[in-house]
Amino acid sequence: MITKPLHTKLLYGFILLAALLLPLYVPDPYMFQVVIMSLIFAIAVLAMNLIIGFTGQASLAHAAFFGFGAYGVAIMTKAGISFWLALPAAASISALIGLIIGPPALRTRGSYFAIVTLAFGVIVWIVAGNWVQVTGGHNGIFGIPRPTPIPIPFIGAIEFFDQPAQYYLVLVFLLLTLFIMHRIVYSIFGLTFMAVRNNEPLADAVGINTFTTKLISFVIANFFAGLAGGLYAAIIGAVSPSVAAHLLTFNFLIFLILGGMASLAGPVVGAFAIPILMELLQDLGHFRMLFFGVLLVATIIYFPRGFVGAVRQLNDKIAARRQAKS
Amino acid sequence: MLSVKYLTKNFDGLVAVKELSFDIREGEILAIIGPNGAGKSTVFNLMTGTLAPTSGKVFIHEENITGLKPYQIVKKGVARTFQTTSLFDQLRVIDNMLIAYKWRTRLGFWNTLFHTPAWKSQHDQAARNALETLDFLGLADKALAFIPTLSQEEQKRLAIGIALVCKPKLLLLDEPTGGLIQEETERIALFIKKVRDQGTTVCIIEHKMQMIMGMADRIVVLNYGQKIAEGTPDEIKTNQAVIEAYLGGDVHA
Amino acid sequence: MELFLQQVFNGIMFGSTYAIVALGLTLVMGILHIPNFAHGHLYMLGGYITYLFVATLGLGYWPSLLIAIVVLGFVGIIMEAVVYRPLNEQPHINAFIAAIGALLVLESAVEVIWGPQGMRVPNPYPHTFEFLGIIMSVQRLLVIFGAILLIVLLHLFLKKTLTGTTIEAVAQNREGAMLNGINVNRVSSLTFFISSGTAAVAASFIAPIFVISPAMGAIIGMKAFIIVLLGGMGSIPGAIIGGYFLGLIESLGGGYVSAAYKDVIAFGALIVIFSIKPTGLFGKKEG
Repeated sequence: MITKPLHTKLLYGFILLAALLLPLYVPDPYMFQVVIMSLIFAIAVLAMNLIIGFTGQASLAHAAFFGFGAYGVAIMTKAGISFWLALPAAASISALIGLIIGPPALRTRGSYFAIVTLAFGVIVWIVAGNWVQVTGGHNGIFGIPRPTPIPIPFIGAIEFFDQPAQYYLVLVFLLLTLFIMHRIVYSIFGLTFMAVRNNEPLADAVGINTFTTKLISFVIANFFAGLAGGLYAAIIGAVSPSVAAHLLTFNFLIFLILGGMASLAGPVVGAFAIPILMELLQDLGHFRMLFFGVLLVATIIYFPRGFVGAVRQLNDKIAARRQAKS
Repeated sequence: MLSVKYLTKNFDGLVAVKELSFDIREGEILAIIGPNGAGKSTVFNLMTGTLAPTSGKVFIHEENITGLKPYQIVKKGVARTFQTTSLFDQLRVIDNMLIAYKWRTRLGFWNTLFHTPAWKSQHDQAARNALETLDFLGLADKALAFIPTLSQEEQKRLAIGIALVCKPKLLLLDEPTGGLIQEETERIALFIKKVRDQGTTVCIIEHKMQMIMGMADRIVVLNYGQKIAEGTPDEIKTNQAVIEAYLGGDVHA
Repeated sequence: MELFLQQVFNGIMFGSTYAIVALGLTLVMGILHIPNFAHGHLYMLGGYITYLFVATLGLGYWPSLLIAIVVLGFVGIIMEAVVYRPLNEQPHINAFIAAIGALLVLESAVEVIWGPQGMRVPNPYPHTFEFLGIIMSVQRLLVIFGAILLIVLLHLFLKKTLTGTTIEAVAQNREGAMLNGINVNRVSSLTFFISSGTAAVAASFIAPIFVISPAMGAIIGMKAFIIVLLGGMGSIPGAIIGGYFLGLIESLGGGYVSAAYKDVIAFGALIVIFSIKPTGLFGKKEG
């Protein structure tokens, strides 16, 4: 509904071009791996953004749903099921579990909802670490097959054994996620999410079933969290309970808040920039999390809409000043 | 068109509304007045499903709507505003209108995801309706403005507009001019009459006696959660119980 | 029977810790309406401060405990002023996110200083004895009776002293208290001092019995949060009863059902109870 100005469109075009050409200039395989991970995280954080940023419900079970996707793909592909079937199946299972846990959890509000989802996340994490027959316990699952090659007549097949192929695979899924999120957010349907976040009694009074709205948002978010988890399992080739741990949820939250809540660019910026920043700051050891903890507090106090929000504010100010001059 | 029958609401032993019955007739402006704490807003909350009554029933056109949730009652053609101006203040004016129009459409997840033909036509229809209503509100040029940039009167107007966008049969207004100055109050009063003239029945809670006397067709007076009088403005002005309830004071005050 | 009694004894001991930690948290959440999710990490830091003075600097156990209370009290005051006060007027969820930031800071600060591995505080009273077939130690009894003493003292402070009643006044009516000339910021600081100080006591009591580690704050913090939400925000009896109750079921569940899934009990109970009663057992509306 808002048409973007030309310079913004150019900027997005440039970023897309840079993303497509990235394998040409990424410095080393290690950094390439970090970038691939970032894109997977970006999908998960975009999903988190839908429920937290747009709908205002602090779901802290996000890593648990990432974990459902990851373990789902791991178990199914190791049982011989094609990745292309396992991935949507795992994401759907994640969404389905969201549909089951959502109704009781969403009866609570505010920090009650946060703690209930966090408690659910901790349970999933504990079960993942102890249910040895299914999850492999604390060791997790190894030797997960790479995504199944896509056969193409006459040419051969697209395989996913090297980094560039994996990168483009993840990039396609990220773009798909962005496309769907864009459709949702810039629509009357998406406005109802923001209505619930902004003023729940009024939303109720104008005919919005706020409970169902929150549930839909939660289920969509969990579908994409599961999708990201499934991609993670197939690309890394191993999963362990840490993919479902609340610490991963906190990491996602850092990406989301620092990048910028309630925008589509924010989660991508956060999920892309911060893991790379974390790698660059590797020498700092435990100081890194200290640094990011401080940054998280400072951001939520001074820039609640994160980096992207701050840039927009600055942009608006410059525009206003220009207008005042002319 | 709407009848309230023996409505009672207790809060932890305190009786907020007691055995209240009244009817709202098609096409009228009915005012509910009473001193502070008389239970006026509670009555609205009971009628719109925000609160569940302890006993008693609410009917629309003979249909029992007691116990329905607010979002379901809207769909029966009863829209409301809140005492404190309630808007989606993080969003734009047009967004506020579109959100309120949403329940009339089938703009759900799948239609939105695939941009189906149904999505296209309903989306356009929603936008058209929102703009028409904004025009009626005199806010057409503010469609893309954010809420905090609006004046207080414009915000009050928009709050009524949100309730109006789906063309309700009955509009419940909870102190629509609270906090406004005389001149602004008069403009809102004119606007409310215009709403009625378009065919919407209006039920209004107000403090400002003068405005009510000049506008309402009938008045229901509450005190301590009970109805103490009902009638035309002229009857109410001379009603002994009403004058006493207002501490023997001047009802015109 | 002996196993049962032993589990009950251990349950009461864990329950004592939970009760004190939840008590500190319920003050902050009930009085100031701050979701201090980092409370468990204050407890964890309390254990490390005790460790620092007892093990590293060789001070006695009791002086170290006192120092830990004061140090943690001030950490609490700083946390309130720096992290939560600027967010007073913001949506609740922002304070919650800030709390997650604060707990990451505390956890990684401890990891930077002491490393991620567990540490052991020397036990001042290691003497063990048997009573009714239950193996007890003096330190374990200290945990139990120290907790009772602390609860009584706190109760007397809140009900009988002028400062205590001031805190209650703010709890009941923040604006009203402000109009009556009560310095709300000072009350906030004081509440945080008490809340963090009591967490330090709980940690110092139990630190000589178990290994302390940077990760221990997260789980106990969540449990305390759960106890407070279930027992009612700001409800002192709720926190105490909830604390002992959780300690007992965990201990019995761990002994008879499964040690690995012990922690699931608290979290599972929370989800079940909230799905039935979304505002908690003694449900007040959220502030």
